[in-house]
Amino acid sequence: MADSAYASGLVGSTSSPAGRVAGAAVRHTATVRVTHWITTLCFLALVVSGIELVISHPRFYWGEEGNVNTPALFSIPIPASRSSVRTGYDYVMPDQNGWSRYLHFQTAWIAVATGLWYIIAGLLSGHFRRNLLPSAADLSPRALAAILVGQLRSKPIGNDRTYNPLQRITYLFVIFAAFPLIIWTGLAMSPAVTSAFPFLVNVLGGHQSARTLHFFDTLFLSFFVLVHILMVCRAGFRNRMRGMITGGSAEGS
Amino acid sequence: MNEKLSRRKLIITGLAATAGLSGLAVAGRLAARHGLIPPDCRGPYGAGETLTYAAHRLLTRHSLAREFPRSMISKAPFANGKPPEMEAFKRLQAGGFADWRLVIDGMVAHSGSFSIRDLRELPVRSQITQVTCEEGWSYIAEWIGTPLSQVLAAAGMLPQAKFVVYYSIEAAEWWDSIDMADALHPQTLLAYGFNGGDLPVGFGGPLRIRVPRQLGYKSVKYITRLTVTDNLKTFGKGLGSASPEGGYSWYAGM
Repeated sequence: MADSAYASGLVGSTSSPAGRVAGAAVRHTATVRVTHWITTLCFLALVVSGIELVISHPRFYWGEEGNVNTPALFSIPIPASRSSVRTGYDYVMPDQNGWSRYLHFQTAWIAVATGLWYIIAGLLSGHFRRNLLPSAADLSPRALAAILVGQLRSKPIGNDRTYNPLQRITYLFVIFAAFPLIIWTGLAMSPAVTSAFPFLVNVLGGHQSARTLHFFDTLFLSFFVLVHILMVCRAGFRNRMRGMITGGSAEGS
Repeated sequence: MNEKLSRRKLIITGLAATAGLSGLAVAGRLAARHGLIPPDCRGPYGAGETLTYAAHRLLTRHSLAREFPRSMISKAPFANGKPPEMEAFKRLQAGGFADWRLVIDGMVAHSGSFSIRDLRELPVRSQITQVTCEEGWSYIAEWIGTPLSQVLAAAGMLPQAKFVVYYSIEAAEWWDSIDMADALHPQTLLAYGFNGGDLPVGFGGPLRIRVPRQLGYKSVKYITRLTVTDNLKTFGKGLGSASPEGGYSWYAGM
């Protein structure tokens, strides 16, 4: 019976420690909260170190090879940390690649382990099925358009205890498409990994294609994070933060 | 009821922590015995570096770097950096590198040296592989040379050897090392040829080591010396190569 009380909430299982918070229902389980914040820290470290690595060669290519002697697909108009890259600036940035590479890969290990923890726990507890899988009816273009129009008209966001279908689709896409793609394209840049698993890079069209796709996926994920923060602010920053930190949402219930 | 539960929880947590810690200790021992710990395994990034190196050694010990058809050889390869400015190099270059010597010492039965001509007498292997720089750029080229394993065999490498340390003519700045998985790998070459001709000075001529399963910085140019060893602690600061001393990882397969 206890289950029905939470059926529309975001909690995966009432037997979790978070489920016993006194009084109010719990917005997020402990697993979701802990993995959320570890992932947040990892994302920050990966983006910062990734930007440093791009600065050493702010040119992107398509296909297998690309260097300063070949035309770029596009380049980012910033000074580089290598004098060999002609950027139009006479300023050469300091080289930060050593620690950036170390930090990038160490963080990637933590992020992948955290992601696996979240996904396995989410599958076992029914978190994805219950909280993120949209129903077929929700997926009609009209229903989705209605949500979008409501958002754009700044309709006040209620204290919904469920995600709307647009949120569900976005979260599922980020978890099961954008994150796997960033790991895949990262591994596809490794000369050692691709020696054992050449298809990882071959199906992407080559080493430079993998690097360019890694960059675009980073842009997508960064855009997602920005919108995510914006929505949290619109929905009530303090309340939503409390939900993701302690699990509780006393005021809202 | 509550107290019982918490006691049981405490015991289980304690047992799990003990099991976890001893598991880690055993894993560390096993990893060390099987050569899965890189020389730069300490410091804030040591854990990640060790995981990467160990995972790669378990999954890629014998795999071959991707090779490409001749039609994909780059029309615009990039010779990164400048040739050595030192007098000794310029003198050797003026003499057509006829006096270039590759010294081999350390854990070998016969220490000695090879000229480029001596190396050409050894079995030849060529490969069309991609040079991938840690900065992100790359080019495809044909590399011609003798497998490092042939030179090690010719010098009578001792069975307890674990690493090959190699030095550029600018030895203070450019020296590096690889484990036996890479040293004995069929694609690891002492390259003297490039795209059908002699190896140009810009690309590391007269002699460059080519380690195609790692990033470009492991393929040190202007090689003059190989030292075979079972312990990297006695070289430089003990981190395996000049790269970690400059903040870069020793293993560069990623």
